[in-house]
Amino acid sequence: MTPPEIAITVHVNGRSYAERVPPRLLLSDFLRHHLGLTGTHVGCEHGVCGACTVLLDGAAVRSCLLLAVQTDGAQITTVEGLAGDGERLHPLQEAFREMHGLQCGFCTPGFLLTAVELLRDTPHPDDLTIRRDLAGNLCRCTGYQNIVHAVRRAAELMGRR
Amino acid sequence: MTTRAIGARIPRNEDPRLLRGHGCFVDDVNPADGLHGAVLRSPHAHARIVSIDTSRARALPGVDLVLTAADLGEVNQPTPLLIPNPHLTYPRTPRPLAADEVRFVGEPVAFVVARDRYLAEDALAAIDLTWEPLPVVASVEAALAEGAPLVHADVPGNRAARMAQQVGDPAGALARAARVLRERLYIERSCGSPIEARGVAAEYDRRAGTLRVWVSTQAPLPIKNGLARIFGLPEFKVDVIAPDVGGGFGTKIMLFYPEEILVPFAAIRLGRPVKWTEDRREHLIAATQERGQRHDVEVAVDEDGRILAIRDRFVHDAGAYTPYGIVVPIITSTQLPGPYRLRNYAVEFDVVYTNTAMVTPYRGAGRPHGAFVMERVIGLIARELSLEPAEVRRRNFIQPHEFPWDVGLTFQDGGPTRYDSGNYPLGLELALERIDAADFRRRQAEARRERRYLGLGIGCYVEGTGIGPYEGAHVRVEPSGKVYVATGLTTQGQGHHTTFAQIAADALGCDPADVTVVTGDTRKFNWGAGTFASRGLVTSGNAIGIAARKVRDKALRIAAGLLEVSLDDLELTGGAVRVRGVPDTALALGALATVANPIRYAYGKEASEAALRLVKPREGAVLAPGEEPGLEAYAYYAPPQATFASGCHAAIVEVDIATGDVKILRYVVQHDCGTVVNPTVVEGQIHGGVAQGIGGALYERIVYDDQGQPLAATFMDFLLPTAMEIPEIEIIHTETPSPLNPLGIKGVGEAGAIPVPALIAEAVDDALAPFGVRVREMPLNPSRVLELVTEGRERGRGAG
Repeated sequence: MTPPEIAITVHVNGRSYAERVPPRLLLSDFLRHHLGLTGTHVGCEHGVCGACTVLLDGAAVRSCLLLAVQTDGAQITTVEGLAGDGERLHPLQEAFREMHGLQCGFCTPGFLLTAVELLRDTPHPDDLTIRRDLAGNLCRCTGYQNIVHAVRRAAELMGRR
Repeated sequence: MTTRAIGARIPRNEDPRLLRGHGCFVDDVNPADGLHGAVLRSPHAHARIVSIDTSRARALPGVDLVLTAADLGEVNQPTPLLIPNPHLTYPRTPRPLAADEVRFVGEPVAFVVARDRYLAEDALAAIDLTWEPLPVVASVEAALAEGAPLVHADVPGNRAARMAQQVGDPAGALARAARVLRERLYIERSCGSPIEARGVAAEYDRRAGTLRVWVSTQAPLPIKNGLARIFGLPEFKVDVIAPDVGGGFGTKIMLFYPEEILVPFAAIRLGRPVKWTEDRREHLIAATQERGQRHDVEVAVDEDGRILAIRDRFVHDAGAYTPYGIVVPIITSTQLPGPYRLRNYAVEFDVVYTNTAMVTPYRGAGRPHGAFVMERVIGLIARELSLEPAEVRRRNFIQPHEFPWDVGLTFQDGGPTRYDSGNYPLGLELALERIDAADFRRRQAEARRERRYLGLGIGCYVEGTGIGPYEGAHVRVEPSGKVYVATGLTTQGQGHHTTFAQIAADALGCDPADVTVVTGDTRKFNWGAGTFASRGLVTSGNAIGIAARKVRDKALRIAAGLLEVSLDDLELTGGAVRVRGVPDTALALGALATVANPIRYAYGKEASEAALRLVKPREGAVLAPGEEPGLEAYAYYAPPQATFASGCHAAIVEVDIATGDVKILRYVVQHDCGTVVNPTVVEGQIHGGVAQGIGGALYERIVYDDQGQPLAATFMDFLLPTAMEIPEIEIIHTETPSPLNPLGIKGVGEAGAIPVPALIAEAVDDALAPFGVRVREMPLNPSRVLELVTEGRERGRGAG
């Protein structure tokens, strides 16, 4: 017996969505396949790799470890919401490009959102703080070095603005 | 020419799209009305399927299709043997769905298609199977034991292959030598595990009879042609697209993975799009893996530490099947000599079936194992003769004046193992200087007084890269002046959209940002093999360079006609052709593209102006005989043989003898990949390779119990290193261009990973020298390091 769907309203990247979802639907699948926001990637589906990280009411969370129904009424930011629609990238996105902080780009959205939270709470982190904070996200391409440099560079860029 | 695009540190063309979340990976492809697949996998490492009943699953709401081996009919043939070899006497490849027997945990048994992935996975639990478990061999030791159970009933002794190669007179040299050293070495199973697991989506258009498949693969063209054959479709009615690929590392070039056949089969059967997305558990148990060898090596050495001969015998764990032939052990056996003069060398290996996941190339592809053996031999000699390992290397290096150096073996591609260029002694000295090796012994002694254990490790390698058969390119200038480049291979993070653009821009005198590169789409380019074996830039890069120069020549020829000057008077720079020193003669590439397509119609203001200004009345045909319309060209590049890159890594580690933790304090890479097209991209490749090497040396290990049950099936158990484990990596570029290809390029994709286990072993040996530790295996986790320290202490007591 399939349980009935549940009505939820979530606010993603400044837009409100009223949807009916199965209770067991993961937040990651809801964002990707119901709302079409495929920028949030799923790498392990057991909460280790961090690729699916989004901001939930400002906190970086793993969307593969949450059910969509748990986010009723919440504000969510995904990678698509970082830059807005204009040409200009978010300083973290700019810095990732400048410092070659991405290769295949699959883990990148998770790193960006983790770093958004870090720089909001700690605007001038040292390298060890950056590394410790990013240690919950796995990257298989970059060896992390340029990601660390990119976060450091973003802190500079954001300090100037 | 003004600034050259080749060699420039320019930011990547692909980044803005990926950074905005606008990439398109396979699971992002959502065709309308699409269904989802799920795979039922064997829970047994070896068992017979007694019965399989899918009726309950078929009856579930939302389930559209359940397939077993019987439902696939003729399609359920063993998948092709990709690289046959006469020494592979018992090749065995899997079927898309196991027919009557399974040979590893995770082998596909049934495929369910349902309205969504949740329902498809529910339905797996409603398939009723009766198994008859069979005896299991879960390691090469078990497989080679007297009277061992057989993985394949018709493969005696579980031996798939035996191969030997030899140069010189190793037996004689070993017999004559005063000093012969021996060692047994292990390098255990690991895997590539890209953060994007695998995935396949397929759509069949019944009206047009066309099949379109999206695959997270490194080789869409071979998949396209294979699918056409499997499903009896004309090749031109099959399109395969590898869109953005979230890392590959070799894992994504095993064709055919069962799902690459099952998903299109279901899409054709149902007339609706079907998608399957692998989860991490599936990836860690059923995607291909690598490493996994046991070596017995003997070395004859003179009193000065010069190597007189090496004989290596090793066993290579193939897993349950050999779809990729015996490429990995061939590479190990032929790349083991590394940068050293080895005139007497014998190598012999056995390839053995076990009831574990299949083994196919993973970044490094046999080379980390070879380098581990060779560099361990260097360390053995150093300890025996009380020399610095660096000094033993110096005494054995091939010298810069000795190129081309023929190792004398047949390489994996059937060509020679003939090193084209390099400077190995320089590489070592640069690495030692950067890491301040001269001062290290003092610092090490000082640290030991504080009971801190520092060690210096070095690892050298030579890597055959850029093998054939060939790749091709299509380069076209559009009337907008933008340049379009298409090639047949794929991109899974290497920055091809930038480096290939740089090569085209360099020839066309334009901005690399104006060049759009398309990879991995068989609709755009129909010829080629794929991205593997550190060959992308060598093969496609040179093809693009050749095609772009053809386009350049045509642009100059058209401009010479329009300006009524000789070719020698023209230059192409800043995206325009002009008479040297006469700026107002400039003809933009876009205008020349308009002229090159004399169809009477011009689209847009610039093209209209160009047509009015430049196209003059003429008599006769608008295309001279042999002339083709458009400012475009195709070209192909087939390398004559592999080109051999090289490098030397050096690191200082600290071993904590209380916890067994190995911390890397400094890591230096010297590398030589010939002409560097984009240093930033090359550094990124090396960083990632080293990180994977460190993972393979200290953290990542695929473990099976004695019943073949995988014990590292999550990221909680298979430990990828994080930002806390990987140090800053310092890179020294040296460029010895390859004389074998027009751009002088050598591959660099795998380089970073190759010498890391060897180097970590040497560094840990060095750090723990007070305890007489000698590392003979990889990886080394903290508990194993502690065991080595304890064993060393006990040996010390026994002796003392």
